[in-house]
Amino acid sequence: MTNSIGELEKDADCIFVIGSNTTENHPVIGMKIKKNVLQNGARLIVADPRRTDLAKIADVYLPHLPGSDVALVNGMMNVIISEGLADLDFIAQHTEGFEEMAALVAGYTPEFVAPITGVPAEDIRKAARLYAESGNSVICYAMGLTQHRTGTDNVKSVCNLAMLTGNIGRPGTGVDPLRGQNNVQGACDMGGLPNVFTAYQAVTNDAAREKFEQAWGVSLPSQNGLVLTEVINKAHHGDIKALYVVGENPMMSDPDLEHVGEALEKIDFVVVQDIFLTETAKYADVVLPSVCFAEKDGTFTNTERRVQRVRKAVSAPGEARVDWEILCEVATRMGYPMNYENSEQIFEEIRTLTPSYAGISYQRIENGGIQWPCPNEEHPGTPYLHKEGNFSRGLGAFTAIDYIAPGELPDEKYPLRLTTGRSLFHYHTGTMTRRASALNEHVPTAELEINPEQANALGIADNDLVNVSTRRGRLEMKAKVTDTIAPGVIFTTFHFTETPANLLTSSEFLDPTAKIPEYKVSAAVVEKI
Amino acid sequence: MITLTINGKEVQTPEGSTILEACQQAGIPVPTLCYDPDLRLAGSCRMCLVEIKGRPLYAASCVAPAENGIIVETESPGIVAARKVILELLSARHNFNCQVCEKNGNCKLQDYCYQYGVKESRFNYGEPTNYPINDPNPFFERDYNKCIMCTRCVRACEDITIARAISVDNRGHHAKIATAFDGNLTDSPCVFCGQCVMVCPTGALTSKVSAGLGRSYEVDKVLTTCSYCGTGCTLELNVKNDRVVGVTSNRTETGSPVNKGALCVKGRFGWDFINSPERLTTPLIKENGEFRKASWDEALDLVAKRLGEIKTEFGADSMAVFTSARVTNEENYIAQKFTRAVLGTNNVDHCARL
Amino acid sequence: MIEEKRIVLRNADLIDPEKIEDYLQAGGYQGLEKARSMSRPDLIAEIKKSNLRGRGGAAFNCGLKWSFVPADAPVSYVVCNFDEGEPGTYKDRIIVQKDPQSLLEGMAICGHAVNSKKGYIYCRGEYPYVVDLLNRAIDQARNKGVLGDFDIEVRMGGGAYVCGEETALIESIEGHRGEPRFKPPFPGVAGLWAQPTVVNNVETFANLPSIVINGAEWFAAIGAPNYPGTKVLTLTGDVANRVSIEVPTTATLREVIYDFGGGIKDGKRFKAVQVGGTSGGFIPESLLDTPIDFDSMRGIGATLGTGAVFVMDETRDIVDITTRIAKFFEHESCGKCNPCREGTFRAHEIMKKVNQGRASVQDIENLTILSQVMEKACLCGLGQAAPAPILTTLKHFYPEYQARLQLN
Repeated sequence: MTNSIGELEKDADCIFVIGSNTTENHPVIGMKIKKNVLQNGARLIVADPRRTDLAKIADVYLPHLPGSDVALVNGMMNVIISEGLADLDFIAQHTEGFEEMAALVAGYTPEFVAPITGVPAEDIRKAARLYAESGNSVICYAMGLTQHRTGTDNVKSVCNLAMLTGNIGRPGTGVDPLRGQNNVQGACDMGGLPNVFTAYQAVTNDAAREKFEQAWGVSLPSQNGLVLTEVINKAHHGDIKALYVVGENPMMSDPDLEHVGEALEKIDFVVVQDIFLTETAKYADVVLPSVCFAEKDGTFTNTERRVQRVRKAVSAPGEARVDWEILCEVATRMGYPMNYENSEQIFEEIRTLTPSYAGISYQRIENGGIQWPCPNEEHPGTPYLHKEGNFSRGLGAFTAIDYIAPGELPDEKYPLRLTTGRSLFHYHTGTMTRRASALNEHVPTAELEINPEQANALGIADNDLVNVSTRRGRLEMKAKVTDTIAPGVIFTTFHFTETPANLLTSSEFLDPTAKIPEYKVSAAVVEKI
Repeated sequence: MITLTINGKEVQTPEGSTILEACQQAGIPVPTLCYDPDLRLAGSCRMCLVEIKGRPLYAASCVAPAENGIIVETESPGIVAARKVILELLSARHNFNCQVCEKNGNCKLQDYCYQYGVKESRFNYGEPTNYPINDPNPFFERDYNKCIMCTRCVRACEDITIARAISVDNRGHHAKIATAFDGNLTDSPCVFCGQCVMVCPTGALTSKVSAGLGRSYEVDKVLTTCSYCGTGCTLELNVKNDRVVGVTSNRTETGSPVNKGALCVKGRFGWDFINSPERLTTPLIKENGEFRKASWDEALDLVAKRLGEIKTEFGADSMAVFTSARVTNEENYIAQKFTRAVLGTNNVDHCARL
Repeated sequence: MIEEKRIVLRNADLIDPEKIEDYLQAGGYQGLEKARSMSRPDLIAEIKKSNLRGRGGAAFNCGLKWSFVPADAPVSYVVCNFDEGEPGTYKDRIIVQKDPQSLLEGMAICGHAVNSKKGYIYCRGEYPYVVDLLNRAIDQARNKGVLGDFDIEVRMGGGAYVCGEETALIESIEGHRGEPRFKPPFPGVAGLWAQPTVVNNVETFANLPSIVINGAEWFAAIGAPNYPGTKVLTLTGDVANRVSIEVPTTATLREVIYDFGGGIKDGKRFKAVQVGGTSGGFIPESLLDTPIDFDSMRGIGATLGTGAVFVMDETRDIVDITTRIAKFFEHESCGKCNPCREGTFRAHEIMKKVNQGRASVQDIENLTILSQVMEKACLCGLGQAAPAPILTTLKHFYPEYQARLQLN
């Protein structure tokens, strides 16, 4: 997030939520948005194919079709520019590339965009005006925006929108990705990515690499590595011989599970380090028991870049060990001794190599946590980025982005758009929540959400068993007939091992930059059993 | 600043303070039941009554403004008598089964009855309250035989979660906290965040997941960060005998900067996977398609040996590590360091995209 | 013998209440015109000087109440309390039915004084036919343009007694559950939709046109100096003539009951009178020479309240009546504050026990301490006043209780 969670409750005058079912996936952030809207009078725009809880209280609700985000945002920008609502001073002083972008969106009139998105032109106008004219406007998004073959384009589009109206660099403005995992921000910050070390220092950058080589006392590879989806595809070709999985569950979370399973089987040696025998662990040659958050010390970095303490509360079960200890043991046995007394000692090493974390210490975050960048011990942390329009790269870059249709559009055989997501009561691959007694009792199975119009046409009633199929596979589940989902779209969750939704999703269409799969659109067909 | 006299002592308090706040600043304890600094004020329990010299009525100090020159008594005979009557009235509708109550030792009604020596009620007239306890949700129990109608739960639902699932139904003595049409929570807008449980001063609302596992005075509370979504809520793990038995909220600004104690259903009630019998407790090695238990030395040696062999035979880039958005920063750092420095490849990624 | 004096009922039965023309012909809206020629501070000062005190029960100085509305408030409201929920009270209905324009004019005068453009009349839910009349009157006033830029809307209550309490009434207009708010802030500072709001009773508003026309001194000279003017009273119970009257506030209870009420029905003897509605105190014969003005009534532990006069003859059972009253309060308690919610319930249970002859001296002691605490500890007037019938009957009619107690 460029800005802070608290600003969504207090400072934002208008909140544009796109591709985020906030009250289910980030419930506490959802509460803050609701409070601002219902008690402080902030305005709310929601773009989502599902009429989410936030959509129900929105000033403008845009039920756009999955995969039409760029068209929708271009349409809004078209209105803002043509009605003279753009912040020309901000654009002139702090950005570049405006003319090219403006020329492109000139073609995206609301009337042009309406049939692509399924949203009435007048609503696009209303949303554009509300966003541009409310004062401090902020954009919140989540995987509904990013999990597309055009995920990067989608994100750049909303950045365009923010810069176009100067809604960046002040409290209550900004572009706020609501990150899904407790420490996905931290995993990225720490260089758990194939192209960067900590703090996004590129592995291809000689100076950065030399710094790490010196610190670690070894020479380091200079080529970008493979992203997760590429690893799976390469494994499928037999090119990956060893895979070491720390607390991930690709056999539930990755697209096209049949393909993933085949890939895992082809790998010579698979190590899985986890707290449960996950769907992925079953493919392992060696399984190493690790501990959960309650059994270890460390830090997590949340979606607003706040580094907070994790504290050990209880002993590990049986012989289970802390993840870093296990990795250090393997490293040492492979001839590279890695010895740390405790997690704080590791954090101290991180600080020396990670400029944005340099000023953070366990002592400083004992009470409250600090938001990076925090370059030195005197620095209070950074609640919002790009203060006064100062972008890290100098000028903010507009990008002219054309709409590209989803990889798999409905056709005669697969006439519906299947989209996936999470339920309030479960978490991701269900490893934890399916074993949390109350949560699993409350929501024990997946449901297929389908619009009444669609259901009627297919002769499906609420609670009927249905088959949902895509080109990858078929699942049997209960139908939930609800008008909260747009006609032509169906939805299910991917938490349940009995009905693993990613059996249906495709790994074929990846975003060219981020390599993110198109989870949010698969052509599908539903039949009553 | 405002100057007033409380219990014969001159007290200064900032303009706009209530008498209760002035008392708190001066270290004068005043009992409260409906008061909660994070919620809209109600002024309804009347436990915080004080006497202001020259005024015929007692004032609820939580909502009465501190005014210059007023002379306040917080424990005058009249006030003490009034509090006793109020406690006796509440006792007459409260099912005191403290011996099996989850909130024993952490109950304001119990505390104040003890403090004011209310052993029994003079007002046990009429039929005792008897509300059936039958909300079928798996998260928390609603026992309105222990409810004192402070409405903190209603206000938490309205002001923190903004779910508006519950309100007051009926009037007078028959008033009761209920969903619309007094149904089950599952049929209401309730999202089971348990903010109501967090603010309940008695045993009316208690966690079913923690039931029977330990009272507040038996547990240590360890402040940590929730391990579900990326919001970064802080919560307190309640630990008894080296076992997590519940989750409670720390509501301070420093202890809980993101959520100020507010949690969602997963954070508050989704913790018992920690104690699952399915947890992995020893290393496992697959032999002939079956896992068998192994010692750490055996497993680690095998991993080191095989990785070393593959690196030699197929090269570093034939290997990959999936690190995790679930583990700590320190562990992610170690994982990528291991990948780059030990395996010698940049093939490290995690589920940021998934 | 004391005579009726008509200020609020000056047009009663003399004009057609359905015709604004009649009202105008009788000098209607001249008060508003005069008020609008005055500056706001002068108008408020004039009303303050008249010493007009609220006719709803609490007798707060009307002009003083208006002066609490901040002069620079951008939005403020005028609310007429026409909930008239006190059993035995129907004076506001009489005023409205006989002369609705007088109320509208009074509200508009108040609107000018506090710079409000919007008035609400909160009408008792059991008066649907009066709502129709009021709406017709408002339409006529609008069409004639006499209200200027001041508009009035009628809202109907749902029958809850507590909604006669001004803050519960405001909650009800806002669409919430009828529960009183704590005070301060008083409505004058933060009332309807958190804006400054004046809430006055029908009778208070209906006094205003005459006061503005005739001046503060004229009004202040009528009736009791501390509570000048007249009071509309409604006589019910065992009185020969069950009538409504408007008398100067110097009239005594005895004059009201015997001169206007024609004494006790069927030649029976007087036993008690309850003044001011259900929450009023019971008054024995020995105190009947007390004038009805607010302060004199308070001096004998009673209230003038709404001006309901409920007379009981020698055959009436005081304990039974008090038990019924206790039941009424148990039913009407909103349930917000502890002492009222639980206290009214337990008080009724104890009264039932007494009434059934099962109570002991200890029960009476418990009832007394409970009542004393409720008077001082409850959140709003309902709970504070609910014990008055119990405490005054215990005081003046204790032998009737004693006769019921179990001798153990």
